[in-house]
Amino acid sequence: MTTGTQFDTLPERAETQRGLVAVAMSGGVDSSAVAALLQQQGRAVVGLTMQLWNQRRLPELQGDGPAQHRCCSLDDVYDAKAVAQHLNFPHYVVNFEEQFEERVVRPFVDQYLSGRTPIACTNCNTDVKFEPLLRMARQIGAERLATGHYARIRRNDATGRWELLRARDESKDQSYFLWGLSQEQLSRSDFPLGELTKEEVRALARRANLPVAEKPESMELCFVPTGNYVQFIQAYSLERGISLHHSEGEIVNENGDIIGRHDGVHNFTIGQRKGLGFAAGKPLYVLSIDPEKNRVVVGEDDVLRKAVCEVEGVNWISRDQPSDTIRAFAKIRHKHEPAPAIIEPLEAGIARVTFDAPQRAITPGQAAVFHDGEVVLGGGWIR
Amino acid sequence: MGSLMNRVYLDFNATTPVEPQVLDAMLPYFSAEFANAASIHTPGQRARAAVETAREQVAALIGARPQEIVFTSGGTESDNHAIFGVVGQAFLPVSSSRDANSPHLVTTAIEHEAVLNACQALEKQGARVTYLPTNREGLIDLQDLRRAIRAETVLITIMHANNEIGAVQPLEEIGRVAKEADVYFHTDAVQSAGKIPIDVNKLQVDLLSISGHKLYAPKGIGALYVRGGTRLRQLLYGGHHQRGFRPGTENVAGIVGLGKAAEIAHKSLAEEARRISALRDKLQHGLLQRVPHSRLNAGAAPRTPNTTNLVFPGVEGEALLIALDLKGLACSTGAACSSGAVEPSHVLTAIGLPPEEARASLRFSLGRHTTSADIDFALNVVPAAVAQLRELSPTYGKMAEAR
Repeated sequence: MTTGTQFDTLPERAETQRGLVAVAMSGGVDSSAVAALLQQQGRAVVGLTMQLWNQRRLPELQGDGPAQHRCCSLDDVYDAKAVAQHLNFPHYVVNFEEQFEERVVRPFVDQYLSGRTPIACTNCNTDVKFEPLLRMARQIGAERLATGHYARIRRNDATGRWELLRARDESKDQSYFLWGLSQEQLSRSDFPLGELTKEEVRALARRANLPVAEKPESMELCFVPTGNYVQFIQAYSLERGISLHHSEGEIVNENGDIIGRHDGVHNFTIGQRKGLGFAAGKPLYVLSIDPEKNRVVVGEDDVLRKAVCEVEGVNWISRDQPSDTIRAFAKIRHKHEPAPAIIEPLEAGIARVTFDAPQRAITPGQAAVFHDGEVVLGGGWIR
Repeated sequence: MGSLMNRVYLDFNATTPVEPQVLDAMLPYFSAEFANAASIHTPGQRARAAVETAREQVAALIGARPQEIVFTSGGTESDNHAIFGVVGQAFLPVSSSRDANSPHLVTTAIEHEAVLNACQALEKQGARVTYLPTNREGLIDLQDLRRAIRAETVLITIMHANNEIGAVQPLEEIGRVAKEADVYFHTDAVQSAGKIPIDVNKLQVDLLSISGHKLYAPKGIGALYVRGGTRLRQLLYGGHHQRGFRPGTENVAGIVGLGKAAEIAHKSLAEEARRISALRDKLQHGLLQRVPHSRLNAGAAPRTPNTTNLVFPGVEGEALLIALDLKGLACSTGAACSSGAVEPSHVLTAIGLPPEEARASLRFSLGRHTTSADIDFALNVVPAAVAQLRELSPTYGKMAEAR
């Protein structure tokens, strides 16, 4: 079909992409292991690495630590490319900077400024990875998108629904960040690590001689690699022309008595003890944040415990929306042990969660995820 | 289906393969004829002779005198040398605070980054720069140019042919304006050299950049034409190579390759332009016919014979590029950033495309090895890929209804 001799050495591509699976590759060991695993299973793999945040932006926030701790660093892209080259499958970097900012970064900052404590990873999964990235995967001819998430997907033949299950390795389970996925998204996604432990994944990476087999895990939010959210929120707001330098307000107790001052509600999260800036007889914790009055309400530990909360934006995964109350276990933050509760559907997308026993620091902006054993029934945003 | 196993390359504006004849000409200069062209001994003199032959060959391609050719590491160095060289010579040093006497440059909004970023660096050092707009076809308005020139203007730098859309600027007229205003005129001819005729005297350019790997010579070699008498501050400091214009031991093999490539291009230019533009026209005509709602970008401008840029509304060019690559067709969209992700093209937005259309655009650039069968292949896979993308596009359905 083509041309002179000089192209004969270029890699040839499969003539049909039937069964092609796209792997979302961050350059870390988990997603790299996914690519290796799928390839070992005989699947045709294409790697996609999302460019999410331009590292030229807010460079002062990228820290001076080693490059792998910088967001969307070129090193991570090169790592993903090195894995693709090692395993010999095509790999592309795809630009989702705009979507990421619009759907993840800006809402994250806005939520903090309105006194909530958001989970950026959930938005990223629901609105970036399993939305435009999954669409792009399908557009380029891949039937499915595989990621390095520790969670499991199962088809329930009785109900015809796609179910989300917690990871076999409880300590690595990431299903808490995946409750927003629709049936359509779940039906086209693969989480091949859901049955494995982290150690098994590392061992797999070593056996496959992956260049990232010994790469340390990144624990921080990808676009705030220093872990300093406050600094990020201030710099990002300043870039949008909003100075947070004069956002001081009052710290009050439950009775409304002023007992101190704070330097901006974005510095606080519910349940926080340290950084309240004053000494007290008993330890005090942030009970609630009132952005309207620019106030932080504090109190003692026992007041921090509440039995009831409401959730919005509810998504039911493993079952239809129940018509009546159901009993389930609810998990209110990533490291929370699911606690027994009654879930009561209110109007569309809203539900009330009543725990059998009060739970500490139920935090607006976090998610309440409902479990029945290993099955994730659904979840919603705590409001 | 065996034919699909092969790869069709329609990205010759990004780079070209080294021509076998060029490679043959270069090979002796890696080992057998390895001497330093600056050495006094006989082997050195043989290397020198090869360099000077190449200088003549490159000069012939653009109607210059051999002594006006300086070999560089490529188009980027040539552009930087021309721009920093003229400004540095005229105002030494450039004052750090911008004032009425700051040197002024005129360029366009659609230049290659090698020119744009050099200009921006000079702005940070106190220079002033006018970025001329273009019309929908990517062409500047000569009236805009005349109006932009002022007493402090030291350089006009306007590309010959654009890398993304192929639009060819009216250099002869621009040269006349520069001459009348007595301002140095540099052109980035990286995308035109070897594709369309160039005569530096007819165009009245003082400085002209060439890149080897765009005309079937290797990467890492280029040339800068410097009209005799042009006052240019050197960019690099070192030995006395190339009359002190550009120190550094000459890349003899690369230079020989560029010379040979220039010679071949010079000989075959007219015939190749005819052949390639016929294939290009077949490609763009076929795509416009087979892909609903597709349009040409800068299609009415005089263009390099090998380049066509089309917008396929409702698709992400990035996804289309990947889909086509997986099917074995290599083409290009926008500009790649350092990670390899696609960034919106500053050229397409500058010629007036809204961002979503700039993102939905694809460039096909043909070359010496493009065959009619390659075009047939592209005409088969592109419409199918666009259709597949549009089926999954969140915007195309609405858009098609609205039309």
